[in-house]
Amino acid sequence: MRAREESKWWIELACNAVLVLAVAFALYPILWVVTLALSPGEAPQRGVIPVPVAPSLEHFDAVVLARGDDGSLVFIRQMMNSLVIALTTATTAILIATPAAFAMSRFRFVGKGSTTLALLATQMFPGVAAAIPLYLILDAVGLIDTLTGLILVYATSAVPFAIFQLRGAFDGIPVDLEEAAMVDGATRFEAFVRVVLPAARPALAVTALFAFMTAWNEFILAATFLSREEVFTLPVVLQRFVGEHHAHWGRFAAGAIVVSVPVMALFYWLQRHLVSGLTAGGVKG
Amino acid sequence: MVIRCVLVAAVATLTLRDVRKQFGETHVLRGIDLDVEDGELVVLVGSSGCGKSTLLRTIAGLEIPTSGEVSIGDRDVTKLAPRDRDVAMVFQSYALYPHLRVRDNLSFGLKLKKTDAAIIDARVKEVSQMLGLEALLDRFPRELSGGQRQRVAMGRAIARRPSLFLFDEPLSNLDAALRAEVRVEIKRLHAELAATMVYVTHDQVEAMTLADRLVILNDGKLEQQGPPLELYDHPDSKFVATFMGSPAMNIFPATATDSSLRADGFTLPYEGPARGDVLIGLRPQDLVADEEGPITLTVDVMEAMGFEAYAHGRVGTLPFVARLDGQTRGITRGDAIRFSLPAARLHVFDRQTERAIR
Repeated sequence: MRAREESKWWIELACNAVLVLAVAFALYPILWVVTLALSPGEAPQRGVIPVPVAPSLEHFDAVVLARGDDGSLVFIRQMMNSLVIALTTATTAILIATPAAFAMSRFRFVGKGSTTLALLATQMFPGVAAAIPLYLILDAVGLIDTLTGLILVYATSAVPFAIFQLRGAFDGIPVDLEEAAMVDGATRFEAFVRVVLPAARPALAVTALFAFMTAWNEFILAATFLSREEVFTLPVVLQRFVGEHHAHWGRFAAGAIVVSVPVMALFYWLQRHLVSGLTAGGVKG
Repeated sequence: MVIRCVLVAAVATLTLRDVRKQFGETHVLRGIDLDVEDGELVVLVGSSGCGKSTLLRTIAGLEIPTSGEVSIGDRDVTKLAPRDRDVAMVFQSYALYPHLRVRDNLSFGLKLKKTDAAIIDARVKEVSQMLGLEALLDRFPRELSGGQRQRVAMGRAIARRPSLFLFDEPLSNLDAALRAEVRVEIKRLHAELAATMVYVTHDQVEAMTLADRLVILNDGKLEQQGPPLELYDHPDSKFVATFMGSPAMNIFPATATDSSLRADGFTLPYEGPARGDVLIGLRPQDLVADEEGPITLTVDVMEAMGFEAYAHGRVGTLPFVARLDGQTRGITRGDAIRFSLPAARLHVFDRQTERAIR
């Protein structure tokens, strides 16, 4: 008995040691970013353990309160750009993909197979591959250098992705639930809104989050299509802190932290939706 | 009791006329005619794939028949959406709304109809008292046991006071003890609500015990209908004969003459109309142990359950089962037992058509 307890104790210690190492490994670069952001001056410090010397918020100040040529708070403006683009992309993706995915999950229609394949095909190419044709199209319709243009570009890849995600979720919701609602007096649409959508809430949340994050973090297309400072998104702004002639690593790090905060907040807020098995107990035992 | 009277639903008849359903090339229903009376409990039985669930879904409006007519009361509902038919359905999977508490599951249909909140409250209260759900009203379906979910599913149907109740194998996900309990409950509810009910099952105990009238489906066609005992005693076909009763009826090929039926291993006296090649059916429960009897069973396996016992073995070269007294002791493998059969309990079928010859 005693020996067994002891061996358990050792195993637990070993497990924890491995976990601590793994966490340290994952957090080390982030600690560096935090250290850089909090250390005044431009030169990155050298050292094994990243601890800021004489920490200050000077880089955050410089980044967040940066003023453009006209004296406006340009970083705040750019952050709003990113927010508007990511939120609109996520909303558009969900609004279009939800009914589409439901139809693909429940109905039989002509061209269902080829539609699925076409959607899948759009997911196989990296977004950059389409950069030049997209540029030409946006240019032709006069949407280069506009938020609307970028939202449209992001939505074209977010919608098929969301359809795939949500279709899988709808496939997992028993048809019995809708039929029960329809016998209970609901139209098909009411059954969809009042029974299927609530049951699909976790999937909707995750899909929206992915669409938001993809748009929030995207750099290459944004850098290609945007050239005016006032329409920049945050990834483009960040990149410009480290240029050919100078490297503001401190501002870069401070900016990176500011950019990550909304995504972390969103994760935190959505985590209650991320619980699996919301349909548990609806059918059978 | 007063409360329960309030719950009595608007009762209605159900009429099906030549209902056919085809999925692509597959004919699932091949022309069903059925009349269900006001307040009657009709049980549809049949082996899996016989079309009984499709028929129920057609009545509910979840399937539209390829041809034929469905009427509830004097309304032709053939083309109406489920919501306009005034029916309630209890699903095999229960299909409770997972994101709603029991209370909201019960009132879902009433809320859709924009029923007055006070009336909804009253109905939820009545139904939950009736089914013993009062303590569960604020729970989610995932927090309920199988039997409780089953009761909520029934409560959801009752709360709406539909003209017609439909049950799609509602007990098949319950364990045996609970199934027996809920079976009695359904029978009680039927008596109290005096509602018209159509009940689908493949379980013949359920079918026998619940039904006012039993409807047996086979391959998309109505094979026979009538009171359960009548079907048991006077099956119109070999299919019905072997489907009803457990263990199944023993079937033997035999040759009928003016005075006897000769089968492999035994000959029975016979005075019926059949002649030539026939099939004869002997229910295990109808056989009488008789030392002078013409049928000799060589025992293979004995199943003794106390209240009854079954001897499995062979008569001639064919498998055979006979019921014995529950307290029978001392019979072992290889023993021979002789039986006779009262003439009135013998079933004779045409060997080609498998229809009964009486």
